[in-house]
Amino acid sequence: MIRDITLGQYYQTDSVIHRLDPRVKLAGTVLFLIDLFLIQNVWGYLIATAALATVIHLSRVPFGYIIRGLKSIMILLMITVVFNLFLTEGTVIFKVWIIQVTWEGLRTAVFMAWRLIMLIIGTSLMTFTTTPNQLTDGMEKGLRPLKYLKVPVHEVAMMMSIALRFIPILLEETDKIMKAQQARGADFESGNLFDKAKALVPLLVPLFISAFRRANDLALAMEARCYRGGEGRTKMNPLIYNRRDKAAYLLIFAFMAVDIFVGRFF
Amino acid sequence: MKLKQHIKDIIRTEHLQYDYVMRDEEGNEAGYYRALDDVDLQVKQGDFIAILGHNGSGKSTLAKQINGILYPTGGTVWVDGLDTSKEENLWEVRQRAGMVFQNPDNQIISQVVEEDVGFGPENLGVPTEEIWERVEESLRVVGMYEYRKASPNKLSGGQKQRVSIAGVLAMHPKCIVLDEPTAMLDPSGRREVIRAVRGLNQVEGITILLITHYMEETVDADHIYVMDQGHIAMEGTPREVFSRVEELKALHMTLPQATLLADELKKRGVSLPDGILTIRELLAELQKQLGE
Repeated sequence: MIRDITLGQYYQTDSVIHRLDPRVKLAGTVLFLIDLFLIQNVWGYLIATAALATVIHLSRVPFGYIIRGLKSIMILLMITVVFNLFLTEGTVIFKVWIIQVTWEGLRTAVFMAWRLIMLIIGTSLMTFTTTPNQLTDGMEKGLRPLKYLKVPVHEVAMMMSIALRFIPILLEETDKIMKAQQARGADFESGNLFDKAKALVPLLVPLFISAFRRANDLALAMEARCYRGGEGRTKMNPLIYNRRDKAAYLLIFAFMAVDIFVGRFF
Repeated sequence: MKLKQHIKDIIRTEHLQYDYVMRDEEGNEAGYYRALDDVDLQVKQGDFIAILGHNGSGKSTLAKQINGILYPTGGTVWVDGLDTSKEENLWEVRQRAGMVFQNPDNQIISQVVEEDVGFGPENLGVPTEEIWERVEESLRVVGMYEYRKASPNKLSGGQKQRVSIAGVLAMHPKCIVLDEPTAMLDPSGRREVIRAVRGLNQVEGITILLITHYMEETVDADHIYVMDQGHIAMEGTPREVFSRVEELKALHMTLPQATLLADELKKRGVSLPDGILTIRELLAELQKQLGE
C-alpha cells in the first residue's frame, strides 16, 4: 500500500527537464509556487496551466503517473472545496435548508482546487525529474551562502540523501516485522482507530531499534571510506550551469513576469 | 633491521591487545572484556590471508583494528608502515586498508551504484574525471559495470556486496579487509563474492584479509589464522590447518565436507594424505586408491 504512493519519487527517463541543473528546477518550482499565490484571475490560471502542461509534456513523465500522485491528497482537496463552497458569504445561487452555495464560494472553491492541484503537480514534477542525489546536490550548492550563517548545509544535504536511500529498506523491514508479528497472532487490521494505533507500538519499537543499528553501521562504513564532512571533498557530478540552464532561467522569469502581470491586472 | 620488516609487511601487529570497556547504568567503568590478547600478525603485500573463528572469537575486532576504527589498548598495529594509533595517520590508514562489512544494505550510501562507488574517491578529494575513471575500472573488476545506473535496492545480496567491494577498490587501497562479507548471503551470492575477492588478489595483486566462519572460503588462501577467545589458536597454510581435524572441531569450526569425509575414511583404515580440502581432490585420491 505504502509502495503505491508515487508522490515524491523519481521517474527514470531521459528528457530536457531531466537533464536540467537541479538548481534550476528547485528555483523554478519555488518561483512557480509563489506565482500560484500571486495570480488572481482565470487568465493567470490558464497561463500557469499551459506552462505546467508544456513542462509535463517536455518531461516525458506519463500524465497518468502524475495523476496517481494526486490520490493521496484527494481528501484534503475535498475538504477544502466543501468548506469554501458552503461557507463563503455572498450572492446566493441556491439554498437548501441551511446549506447555501454562493457565487463567491464557487469561485474560491474552484480556484483553490485548481491551485492545489497545480501546486502538487508542480512540486512532484520536480521530484519525478530529479534524482534525490541531484536534489540534495542542488540544495547543497544552491544554499551554500547560508553556510556563512552557520547553517550546516552539507550535513543537512547528506542526511537527506541518506534518509531517502533508507526509505525502501525501512519499508521492507516494516513489512517483515509486520508479517513476523502477524504470524504470531498480532492483529493490525480490526478495531477502531485507537486499537489500530496501539497495535503499531510493538511494530515501531523493533523498527526503531533496527534503524538505530543500521545508522550505526552506516556511520562506521562511511568513516571507513574516509568520510570526514564536506571539507576537501570533490564531486563526481559537479554542478555547472550550461546554456540550457540559462535559457531555462530566462523562460521561468519571463513566465513569472507575464503571468503575474496578467493574473493581477486583467 | 626491524624497521625494514615493517615496510615490507603491509599489515603487522605486535602484542596487539584490545579491551572493550563495560559500563554500568551510570556510565562508570564496570570492568572490561578482553577481545584481543597478544595477537601477532604479519601479512606480506599481495597475500591472501583468511582469519577463521567462531562467534565472539575476536575476529571482527581484529578487522576493525586494521582500518583504524578501533585502536589497540595494548601493543601496536602497523598498516603499510603507519602506526594506526597515531591520529595523523588515520585517513592514510583508512585509504590504504579498505574495509567491506557484513551487511550490504548498511554500507551502501547512494541510490545509484556508480555514485556509491564514487563516494570514497570523493572523500579523498580525487579530481572529477579521475573519479569516473576509477569508478568504471572498479565496477569492471567486480563485474558490475552493466549495473552502474541501477539502484542498489534492486540488486541481489551478492551483487550489493560486489558493489561495496568496488566502492573500496575505487579508493585504490593496498589491502582490503573483508569482515564476514558472505555471512548474510545465499550460497550463490557467496560464490560470487568469493570469486570477486580471489580475482582482486590474483589479478590486481591486492592484499586480502578475509574474515569468515565458512572454512570452504579459505581453501585458496595463502595463510590461515584460526582465532579463539582473542588468541590466535592455529595458523598455517590451508593444508596444514585443515589436516588438524580434531583441533578444529574443538574450536567449533565447521569443516568442509570433503575434509570431514576424508577424515572419517582415514579413521576406518583408508590411507589418504592429510589436509584434503576439496571434493575434487578427494575424488582423485580415492580413484588412485581404487586403481591400485
